Amino acid sequence: MRIVVLGVGNILLSDEGVGVRVIEKLQQDFDLPPDVEVIDGGTSGMEMLEDLSCADHIVIIDAVRSGSPPATIVKLTNEQVPVFFRTKLSPHQIGLSDVLATLELIGEQPGGVTVIGIEPVSLETGMALSPQVQTQLPKLVESVVEELRLLGIVVNCIVPEVA
Amino acid sequence: MGKRITIDPITRIEGHLRIDCEVNNGKVSKAWASGQMWRGVEQILLGHDARDAWAITQRICGVCTTVHAITSVRAVENALQMEVPLNAQYIRNMIITAHAIHDHIVHFYHLSALDWVDVTSALKGDPAKTAQLAGGLSSWSGNSRQEFTKVKERLGNFVGTGQLGIFTNGYWGHPAMKLSPEVNLLAVTHYLQALEVQRYANKIVSILGSKTPHIQNMAVRDVSNPISLNSQSVLTIERLLAIKEWIDKLDDFVKNVYLVDIAAVGAFYADWTTVGAGVMDYLSVPDLPLDTKGTKFALPGGYVKGGDLAGVKPIKSFNDAYFRDGVQESVKHSWYKGGKGPLHPYKGETIPKYTDFQDDGKYSWVKSPTFYSRPAQVGPLSRVLAMAAQNHAPTLKYLTGVLDTAGSLAKTKIPLAAVHSTIGRHAARAVSCAVQVDELAHQWQLLIDNIGKGDTATFNKPVFPKGEVSGVGFHEAPRGVLSHWVVLDDGKITNYQCVVPTTWNAAPRNEGDVPGPYESSLLNTPVADPERPLEVLRTVHSFDPCLACAVHVLDAEGKPVVQVKAL
Repeated sequence: MRIVVLGVGNILLSDEGVGVRVIEKLQQDFDLPPDVEVIDGGTSGMEMLEDLSCADHIVIIDAVRSGSPPATIVKLTNEQVPVFFRTKLSPHQIGLSDVLATLELIGEQPGGVTVIGIEPVSLETGMALSPQVQTQLPKLVESVVEELRLLGIVVNCIVPEVA
Repeated sequence: MGKRITIDPITRIEGHLRIDCEVNNGKVSKAWASGQMWRGVEQILLGHDARDAWAITQRICGVCTTVHAITSVRAVENALQMEVPLNAQYIRNMIITAHAIHDHIVHFYHLSALDWVDVTSALKGDPAKTAQLAGGLSSWSGNSRQEFTKVKERLGNFVGTGQLGIFTNGYWGHPAMKLSPEVNLLAVTHYLQALEVQRYANKIVSILGSKTPHIQNMAVRDVSNPISLNSQSVLTIERLLAIKEWIDKLDDFVKNVYLVDIAAVGAFYADWTTVGAGVMDYLSVPDLPLDTKGTKFALPGGYVKGGDLAGVKPIKSFNDAYFRDGVQESVKHSWYKGGKGPLHPYKGETIPKYTDFQDDGKYSWVKSPTFYSRPAQVGPLSRVLAMAAQNHAPTLKYLTGVLDTAGSLAKTKIPLAAVHSTIGRHAARAVSCAVQVDELAHQWQLLIDNIGKGDTATFNKPVFPKGEVSGVGFHEAPRGVLSHWVVLDDGKITNYQCVVPTTWNAAPRNEGDVPGPYESSLLNTPVADPERPLEVLRTVHSFDPCLACAVHVLDAEGKPVVQVKAL
C-alpha cells in the first residue's frame, strides 16, 4: 500500500499555498506510517512524476474554486476529479493535471484520487494565510486524517493540544 | 455531489503571459508581450534574515525552484565576499547541471515538440520504415522496429478510448505540420522514452538536493550535505555510484537521441531557420565555479552584440564589474510607478501602478531589463554563442555535429548563422544539454577526486558584518541569465530584486520604446490560420517561457479575431 498526500500551491500568494501549509502541519503534528508519503509539491509539475507513479491512492490538498462561500472545505473523489482541471488550448504547459494525464498515458496512474480543497479568500502576495482560511486549517488537516482513515490508515497526532 | 463542479487550481506558475499580435497579409506586423501577474515577491523578502532568502525565493516559480535557491545564496555570499568550500561548489554544480538536463529534455519533448510533431499522424507511421530511417541516424537501442510497433499500438489504444488525454487540444492536422508519419512516430516514441529518462536527472537533483521539487540543502556559504564514506543518511559512495549510472543513461539519450532529433526537426523545418531571430544581442554569464572564490568556471559566458562572435566580451568572475554595472530595468511600459528612468537593481523599485492595457503606454507587469541600455536575449542560444565565441571545445563539437547532421538530411549546407532563429533556439538548447551532461560527469569526478584527497568539508560558518552591504548573485539557468540583487543592513534584507530570464526575454518596450526579444522575434512570423496561431506559439515556446501563455491575435483593424489561452 502506498498512499501519497500531496499539498500543492504557492506559499507566496497567501491562500494559494494552503495545500503546502497542511503538509507542514501533517509533518509536524502527526506520526505518519511508512506507507504514507507526504509531499510538498509547491508549484512544480514533471518533477512529481516519480513520486506519484503507481500510487494506490493520491490525496491532493489545494485551494479550490468551487463557487462555495469563502473558506468552505470541499472534497472530490475519483470521477469527480477530472484529469483535466481546465480547458486547454495546447498540451504544452505542464502542471499537476498534466502529470496525472501523463501517468495515465504510461500506465502508472494512481488507484484513486481524492482532492480535499478549500475555497480561497485571498490570493494576494504574502506568506500568511487569510484569517478565515487559517481558522479552518485544523479542520482541513482533520479532513485529510479522516480521508486516510477511510483508506485504512490510522495516523496519530503527537501534539496533544492540536488533537 | 452529482452536479458538475469546475475546479480551478488558480495560478501554478509565475504569472500568465499574454502575447498580442497584429497580423497583416499573413504575417505578424506588430507584437506585444505582457506579463499578466504582479511579480511582487521581492517585497516579501524585505526585513527577512539574509540566510532565509533562498528558501523563500525558490518558491517564486514552479518551474525554476532550484535555480532561485542557488542564485539567492550566491547573492548573499557576494554581498559578504564569502568563499564556498570546493565540495560545496561541486555538489551545487552537479545540482545545476542535472536540473538543466532535466529542464531541457522536458522542455523539448514534453513542452514544445508537439508544436512540430503531429501525434495523430504518428498512428499512420510504418514501424519498419521508421526503424530503417532511425537506424541511419543513430545507434540508440530504443529505435527498433519492435519498439515502434509497441508504441504505435499503445498510442492507438490510448486514442481509441476516445480521449487524447495529455495530447488533447494539440494542433493536429495544422497546415504548418510538415513531418511524415514515420518521423512523427519516431518523435512520439522518443517523447515516451524521454519521460523515463528525465527521471534519472530528477533523481540526481533529489539525492544531492535532499529533495525535489524544493531542494533543502542550500545555505549561505555551503551546502548542508555531510559527506561520509560509511554513513547511510548522508552522501555516501553508494549514492555517488548510483548517480554515475544515471549520468551514463542521460549521456546515451542526450547524445544519441536528443541531438539527433533536433537536427532532424531542423532539417525538415528548414524554413524556420529564417524566422524568429529578433534581438541579436546575446547575454550569458559563466557558471560552474571551479574554485572557492568564483573566479574560474567550467563554462564561459559573455556578451555577444549584434550576433558578432568575434567581438564577444567575456564575463569573468562573480565580481565582474562589466556585468554588475551594465544591468538596468525600465518601467516606462510596465505597471509600476516610474518617472526616474531606468534603475540599477540595487536601486530598483517595485511599486505597482496599474492602468489598462495601453498599446503605446503601460501594458505589462514584466519590467524591461537592458544591458548597457539595449535589450538582450538570454537562454541556451546566448550561452552557446558565447561559449562558441570563446572556443569552448565541447560546445563547438556538438554545435558542428548538429549543423552537419541537419545539413546531410536537408541535403544542403546549413551555416552557423541559421541558429539566429526559432529552430536555432531549440538546436542550441540541445547543444547546451550535451555540454551539461559532459559537465555533470566532470563535476562528479572532481567531487570524487576531492573527497579522495581527504577533503570532506561542505560547511563554513557565515559571518554577517554590521552596516550596509550589497551583492549580486548570478547563475546561467536553463532559461538564461538569472540574477538576484540584494542590499543588506546588519544581515537583514533592505532591498531585493530578481532579474529572471523570462524578464529579459518577455520584456515589454524599454525606456527608448525598443521592443523586447519576444516582441521582436515575432515580427514577420507567418500565420497561416489566425484562428489557430501555431506559428506564434512556436516562436514563443522556443524561448521556453516561464509563464503560461495566452495569445491574442488582432486583425489589421485591431479587432480581436480569437482569444485563446494556453495553459
